[in-house]
Amino acid sequence: MTVTPQWDRTAVQQILESLQHTPGALLPILHAIQDSQGYIPPESIQMIADALQQTRAEVHGVVTFYHHFRLSPPGKHVVQICRAEACQARGVRALEAHAKNTLGVDYHGTTADREITLEPVYCLGNCACGPSIRVGEQIMGRVDAERFDALVEELTTATLELK
Amino acid sequence: MSIKVYVPRDTTTQALGGEYVVSRLQAEAASRGLDIEIVRNGSRGLCWLEPLVEVDTGNGGRAAYGPVSPGDVSALLDAGMLDASTDHPLALGEVTEIPYLKNQQRLTFARAGVTDAVSITDYRQHGGFDGLEKALQMSAQAIVDDVKTSGLRGRGGAAFPTGIKWQTVLGCDADQKYIVCNADEGDSGTFADRLVMEADPLMLIEGMIIAGLAVGADQGYIYLREEYPLAHQILNEAIANATEANWLGDNIQGSGCNFQLEVRLGAAAYICGEETSLLNSLEGKRGLVRAKPPLPAIEGLFGKPTIVNNVLSLAAVPYILANGGQSYADYGMGRSRGTLPFQLAGNIERGGMVELAFGPTLRELIETFGNGSASGRPLKAIQVGGPLGAYLPESQWDLPLDYEAFSADGAVLGHGGVVAFDDTVDMSEQARFSMEFCVAESCGKCTPCRIGSTRGVEVIDKIRAGQNTAANLELLDDLCDTMIYGSLCAMGGMTPFPVQSAVKHFPDDFIKAATTTDGGASA
Ligand SMILES: Cc1cc2nc3c(=O)[nH]c(=O)nc-3n(C[C@H](O)[C@H](O)[C@H](O)COP(=O)(O)O)c2cc1C
Ligand code: SF4
Ligand code: FES
Repeated sequence: MTVTPQWDRTAVQQILESLQHTPGALLPILHAIQDSQGYIPPESIQMIADALQQTRAEVHGVVTFYHHFRLSPPGKHVVQICRAEACQARGVRALEAHAKNTLGVDYHGTTADREITLEPVYCLGNCACGPSIRVGEQIMGRVDAERFDALVEELTTATLELK
Repeated sequence: MSIKVYVPRDTTTQALGGEYVVSRLQAEAASRGLDIEIVRNGSRGLCWLEPLVEVDTGNGGRAAYGPVSPGDVSALLDAGMLDASTDHPLALGEVTEIPYLKNQQRLTFARAGVTDAVSITDYRQHGGFDGLEKALQMSAQAIVDDVKTSGLRGRGGAAFPTGIKWQTVLGCDADQKYIVCNADEGDSGTFADRLVMEADPLMLIEGMIIAGLAVGADQGYIYLREEYPLAHQILNEAIANATEANWLGDNIQGSGCNFQLEVRLGAAAYICGEETSLLNSLEGKRGLVRAKPPLPAIEGLFGKPTIVNNVLSLAAVPYILANGGQSYADYGMGRSRGTLPFQLAGNIERGGMVELAFGPTLRELIETFGNGSASGRPLKAIQVGGPLGAYLPESQWDLPLDYEAFSADGAVLGHGGVVAFDDTVDMSEQARFSMEFCVAESCGKCTPCRIGSTRGVEVIDKIRAGQNTAANLELLDDLCDTMIYGSLCAMGGMTPFPVQSAVKHFPDDFIKAATTTDGGASA
């Protein structure tokens, strides 16, 4: 079941017009596109390249260099688990295993219902109160299996209310 | 008169339910007809007590309560929290008397937690912009000299003297120069940059403007990691407020001096904390490390002379200008002058930020301040200085925290991160992770780092599976040497530090791994 993701060409065009003349524009542009579209639509790379007078390969090289940028749409929620040392010291390895198990996906994977995409992250700056995870703009501390399950529950039921 | 109640607007506070504490306070106050004003201050860095709620006592003091969960709010109000009552288990008394805070030497973090972080009025009332006011009356050379006198060394890891870097940029003749703040704070276990940006962002802004005056730069960028959404928001508010109050922008306070400042977001790449990789990223390129020379001070952003400094380096500058370089240099030991905000993280009961003059021992930090492990089990290893820092066994915990003393003993002080592990840690797993992290985060420019780290993971897996342990340990050692001597930057050049220190100080974990696991390396 492959769905051709929809993206808004006009929105991307507007982002390019507003940012293409800032010095070092590429990262701000990529952030703006990903913030509005959820990912960097591969078809938009040519547009970005044209706007910045770069080659497609150059832009593609930048997109793929950074872990943050994705070329395919994520699930409804992106859940990031901090894998770094201070969280390891607080038991994040067990949490990672639990999360992968419950969601039935590995890192970079999206659950079958497309609700949750699981991503690793290396430190969220909450290192005194780990294990830490991030969902959208919200960071959570001292997350154990129980809190994780409650979060997943909350994320997936909140969607039901939207019906 | 409404009573002021402070709840930090801070990542850790929010991560532990701060927002719900605020809404509960508002709801309870409304239903009880109490007149309170909630102020979102910065965090004082006592992370273990967050959410740390403070109540204005009306006579200049603040009564502290923490850690407060939303469910505690009602009982706290019943117990007379608004009258500064100490009749509740979460009552901590006057906040500045909490030993964890009282026993610190706060120069950079003096205002953290005291003020509303984005309020220009609060900032001014607590000495903010005093340094800049002085700098506006000084020659560029005099500013640089003051920074040299302070003995300040870069807090981003390399500990290069800040005044000397500034002198180089001042000495360059160019139509455009830049001030770049390195706010990539990629090291696990470090969060002092974040605390500055969330608790006292105007101090960073002030430091950057002073840097601009010192070298003749009128454009600044803060390169902030994407992983800090709240710091991003707060910085942007602070910049907007400073601009509106004419402390930023054109003709600052009628001085004729200009300084523009913009926050740029990284995109989750550890290597972009390395200054030349960061500059490439700011220019919109892949974050490949550049060979030095040329130094960024001479050919930096867009080829122009550029100061790249860590958040904490720039944040120390307003104090130095306001009080004179010597008053900063009076703190510290040897060639490590001033204070360092140490960050206690990982398996530690009282994690948080502890700003002290250089010189205490690791043991003092983890015992006196940290109060030992969070799990209650004995501590086994401490990683200081981020993911490229060595793991220190107990025999090294009495080293004074000072750049020279640490490096003389094969350790790294770096950005001051202290990550504690209890005795359940398997050091062979930690060593493997260091190599794995290098695989994930190498910029890919040089072979020893890119390929070496991949081989490193494989060899450690073999050791952990008990295959030819002695021979593979030797191979690992050779591989580490190749990385140390053949890498262009510290990513490849220092990844071996945690690995080799783990093998050296905790050999049992590698031998035991070899004898007890049957191919049990984690995938
Ligand atoms: C792999 C690597 C990662 C680094 N990450 C950071 C970082 O996150 N923040 C930082 O300030 N410096 C970091 N540095 C150090 C910078 O290259 C540079 O020394 C520093 O920004 C200079 O500022 P300072 O003199 O004020 O410390 C890193 C260096 C390396 C090799
Ligand atoms: S050591 Fe690694 S990160 Fe540094 S330049 Fe070489 S490949 Fe890049
Ligand atoms: S190590 Fe996980 S938040 Fe810093």
